[in-house]
Amino acid sequence: MNKQECSGVFVFIEQVEQKVAGVSFELIGKGKELAVELNTDLIAVLMGYNVEGIADDLAYHGAEQVIMINDPALETYMTEPYVKAMTAVVNKYKPEIVLFGATAIGRDMAPRVSARVHTGLTADCTKLEVQEDTKDLLMTRPAFGGNIMATIRCPEHRPQMATVRPGVMQKYTAAEKIPCKVDRLEVPDLADSKNVEILEILKKVSEKMDIKDARILISGGRGMGSAENFALLEDLAEVLGGTVAASRAAVDAGWQEKDSQVGQTGNTVRPNLYIACGISGAIQHLAGMEESDIIIAINKDETAPIFEIADFGVIGDASKIVPMLTQAIKAQRK
Amino acid sequence: MNIIVCIKQVPNTTEVRLDPNTGTLIRDGVPSIINPDDKAGLEAALRLKDEHGGKVILVSMGPLQADVALREGLAMGADEAYLISDRLFGGADTWATSSTIASAIRKIGNFDLIITGRQAIDGDTAQVGPQIAEHLGIANISYAEDIKIEGNSVIVKRQYEDRYHILKSKLPCLITALAEMNVPRYMKPGGIMDAYENKEIKIFTRQNLDIEDENIGLKGSPTRVLKSFTKQVKGKGIVVSLNAAESADWIVEILKEKFIL
Repeated sequence: MNKQECSGVFVFIEQVEQKVAGVSFELIGKGKELAVELNTDLIAVLMGYNVEGIADDLAYHGAEQVIMINDPALETYMTEPYVKAMTAVVNKYKPEIVLFGATAIGRDMAPRVSARVHTGLTADCTKLEVQEDTKDLLMTRPAFGGNIMATIRCPEHRPQMATVRPGVMQKYTAAEKIPCKVDRLEVPDLADSKNVEILEILKKVSEKMDIKDARILISGGRGMGSAENFALLEDLAEVLGGTVAASRAAVDAGWQEKDSQVGQTGNTVRPNLYIACGISGAIQHLAGMEESDIIIAINKDETAPIFEIADFGVIGDASKIVPMLTQAIKAQRK
Repeated sequence: MNIIVCIKQVPNTTEVRLDPNTGTLIRDGVPSIINPDDKAGLEAALRLKDEHGGKVILVSMGPLQADVALREGLAMGADEAYLISDRLFGGADTWATSSTIASAIRKIGNFDLIITGRQAIDGDTAQVGPQIAEHLGIANISYAEDIKIEGNSVIVKRQYEDRYHILKSKLPCLITALAEMNVPRYMKPGGIMDAYENKEIKIFTRQNLDIEDENIGLKGSPTRVLKSFTKQVKGKGIVVSLNAAESADWIVEILKEKFIL
């Protein structure tokens, strides 16, 4: 695609059963910043079936323009119809930048779109910025298990495409709904493009709040000593209105479910408050939580790496300190 | 039933350490392994072969040292192995890597199923599998936790964040495997002998592949690495050592100060 004729920052809006993924709102927030810097527009690309109502939701989060493909073939995510629809958008509108969430959907769909339109794709970015002189997008991402960071450019090909890790960009929330223009797009033959059949959908049962959406996380590691001691973290989470998370060690020990795991192979989180209890802070764990606004660490081992990044650290046994902290907070609340 | 399994030789990143003085990666002495997701994919292919017969064909792209990973795969029970290796392929991003591997697979031909790992632990992109499928023009199913063959179709348990889809696709198709899918078998002692003494690893160089120069190596890569660096660690905060009750009170004060209480 010719560089000169491409413009606009396009964001793929991921929705499952009409519920928009948090990362899509984060991308609208980041995309708006980039669009301002590039003196262009932010455009949300919404696809699915019966998704008309979602456009309002997007407007609350800062989208002024939406391209909507509303088609029964897009009701449930399947690779080919989604890739075909997104490719049609790219070919018709010639965006300068296209962003996807680095989710199980985005990481399946974006590689095929980029291969189909012959452009570059940078995976799992944690930072996006505009290069001053070239106005190219600089995409920074962790590699080597989070041990190094690499900044990637896509100098000649357009659009510049990236998947962005959930939880690292700031959502934008408008005080009220902003006016939003919706363009409907019809893409022919989406139903015929299906090359995979869905036999069954099995939902994982979880009543817990998604840790990526939690504002306060109480996270436990090997130092909690047992599954039973995680009940202490639940108590603290309850008085603070938070959610319990865990390190890989605690998940591997079977003390917590995998969906509550923070770190390189789990979830990246960015809460207002992260209390790390009995977590030593392996680099893979730190990679998943170091962007938290305030980090408090409680650990017996004063040499634990978690203390290197904690804003506030307490050397001590988390299983003793946590219940006292819960009591002290309850006392404050009276 | 011919299954092509793509494997990558990677440094075991869980053993990588940072030099505390320079902040750079210490790569020396870090062992190379078959990428875990790929190894699970190989195990899945071997199990399908055990059940349905046929051949498991390994494909890897990398320097000549990647031979070791292919021999390990052969010793686990794979039948044939191809190594795509040429200086001209160096510096390839996922686009150029996938187009190169796709052209090698076209050359091998006669496959029913391709299995790759979801992602490699050194790059973590998860892009090469779906992009190979795109270049070959076949369906792909990512994030597989289970693979079954039923007639001329595969049935795959596909993982999402909060759910699974049970998907059915006609063959040929490409599946990306998750490490949690299975526990890969060990190499068989006889297999190791066989892998080193009786089996040949076929090398594909630039000349063996029908591919345009503008689609390989650094030149064929839309993306470029501008710089790489070790991550800046956040400055150290305040650390205290108090008794349990005092610790609790200290944290309460912080929470009040930060308007959380």
